[in-house]
Amino acid sequence: MLRGLATVPFLGALLLAWWNKRRKDHYLNENIFNEIKVSTKAPESGPAIPKDKKIRLGIIGFGIRGEQLMRGAGFAVPEVIDEWEKVALNNSSDTRYEDFLRQEDLNIEVNGICDVYDVHAERVLLASGNIDRKGSDANITPAAKRYRNYKDLIQADDIDAVIIATPDHWHARMAMDVALAGKHVYVEKGMTRTAEETYEMADVIKKSGVCFQLGHQGRQTASYNKAREVIRENILGPITLIEVTTNRNSPNGAWQYEIDEGAGPHNIDWEQFTGYGPERPFSLERFFRWRCWWDYGTGLSGDLLTHEYDAMNQILDLGIPHSVVSSGGIYFFKDGREVPDTFQVTCEYPERNLTFLYSATLASNQARGKSIMGHDANMEVGEMLTVWADYESTRFKELIQNGTIKVDIPLFSFIPGRKKVDTMATATEKYFAGRGLLYTYRDGVRVDTTHLHIKEWLDCIRSGRQTSCNIDRGFEEAITAHMATISYRENRKVFWDPVNKRIV
Amino acid sequence: MTNGIKSYSNWQLVSLVILRVAVGWNFFYEGLAKLIDPDWTAMGYLLDSKWIFAGIFHSMASNPTILSVVDFLNIWGLILVGLGLMLGLFTRLSAIAGMILLGFYYLSHPPLAGLGYIIPSEGNYLIVNKTLIEFFAIWVIYHFPSGREIGIDRLFFGNPYRNNI
Repeated sequence: MLRGLATVPFLGALLLAWWNKRRKDHYLNENIFNEIKVSTKAPESGPAIPKDKKIRLGIIGFGIRGEQLMRGAGFAVPEVIDEWEKVALNNSSDTRYEDFLRQEDLNIEVNGICDVYDVHAERVLLASGNIDRKGSDANITPAAKRYRNYKDLIQADDIDAVIIATPDHWHARMAMDVALAGKHVYVEKGMTRTAEETYEMADVIKKSGVCFQLGHQGRQTASYNKAREVIRENILGPITLIEVTTNRNSPNGAWQYEIDEGAGPHNIDWEQFTGYGPERPFSLERFFRWRCWWDYGTGLSGDLLTHEYDAMNQILDLGIPHSVVSSGGIYFFKDGREVPDTFQVTCEYPERNLTFLYSATLASNQARGKSIMGHDANMEVGEMLTVWADYESTRFKELIQNGTIKVDIPLFSFIPGRKKVDTMATATEKYFAGRGLLYTYRDGVRVDTTHLHIKEWLDCIRSGRQTSCNIDRGFEEAITAHMATISYRENRKVFWDPVNKRIV
Repeated sequence: MTNGIKSYSNWQLVSLVILRVAVGWNFFYEGLAKLIDPDWTAMGYLLDSKWIFAGIFHSMASNPTILSVVDFLNIWGLILVGLGLMLGLFTRLSAIAGMILLGFYYLSHPPLAGLGYIIPSEGNYLIVNKTLIEFFAIWVIYHFPSGREIGIDRLFFGNPYRNNI
């Protein structure tokens, strides 16, 4: 009998040791969270808005981003579905097809499309009819009508709301025209091409009362929402420096997009593409790679600084900076472009006692992430959120000294998909989250942020609520980016006059 | 094979039992730690799989239903194998189940030249790693069963050396 039960005490010892460890971990967790008062719950989405009213959409512009937005709305080009199906067969970890099928139906229909390039127009027509999310063997027929000029699309009776995904030089004019027609607007970032357009557009959109959303889908990222809560609880202490970055290292990342072989003046409406801008001879490069020219966009400012700025504006309510200085150059992509491929922007917020620093290169993948530096702790924001106590923090001094807070491990982490914020997420999990193997989640389910951002816009149209990236946030985004562009182009320090609401 | 156990010296028997308890402890605690973490899932680990079986492990991770079954079997497999080995209960069955689990872990992440993993490793391994060594340790436990000498198996099935021989 004794020999039969001889090893039972080992089980007892293990359970005792386990109970002890649990108690210690719990005590540490409690101590830390009592001090910092961050909710340990993951952010949840708000109550569902009834989707009973069908919303009828129009879309202007069906390039790379336009296609992504249409998919976010639930409409994919059948060819893309074919491709996804094929890829999923060979690589079962590629779940884009499955994810897309699972994406919520938003109860919308696409009734009008407009693109100055016939090939894009044909693609979006097919997508508009692809209500059941099928591949090309389903013989889908277009549901939308093609308008040659966007002004006719805007006036159509069967359109309630319009998505604008054209090059930047058209954003302001189109958004204003849509709003003046009393229809709701979703416009891609950067919101405008110039400061003057921005002043006018903000006025028009506000007076019109339509529901406006600017396309910063980062607004839906779970870790950004959690970061905002951390900042609100003042865990970082006084923040003096924010550093955000862009690192890319490919021709595609530097806007050298593919030029379609069959494209030419016969299937591109160059006049409408040019719009109110200066007349230029027809150029496929300018058409497909428009981000490289000041006529159509503002390069890194409008394309990528805006995303980084908006993330920090979302987390910290930064508003428009007091002054901006930028510098940079065309150091790698010497392909005839006008906009810099290496770009550094310093925004000063003396009233907040902080500097916002943006640093970008399109010719190195040394990813540096987003970092918010406080006296008591610093925060790294990405797919996941990590907060590290500073070893010379005033606030945490005692807790660091008594060993409750260790400065060589994170104070706490929030990993999307986890149900809670934790001081001791495993090393493995952090590795996975850091390498993008875990994704943005809502209530524990992986979702595409672009889909969520469009859904939020539609929810707000239906409920009359404010969107997260409304015209006020858009105004701040556009003005900040234009201050950076002006500083670079005019080689001077640029200021914001908050009384007259003008860049000086 | 069981006949041979009669000839174990005391120290041989003690070392076999300690090995069995230690491996059981390792399994049991790993299972418990996963059980009490509401967010634990094998997804990341499976997605990180390399080598010729990677496709099978990736497909386990990509289907939520299969993944939840894998997670459940893994947690309770670890706990039951751990209990079995520690207590000497159904020792040989536990050993087989333990070897199956370890076989899966090894085949999903073999430390072969040219394969790199996201999961950081605390040491340097080539072909042989601690998973493989634990696999062979359980193989030894299987072939030199000690549960019917020191373990609950003795109470259930009796000591073979007293009754059978």
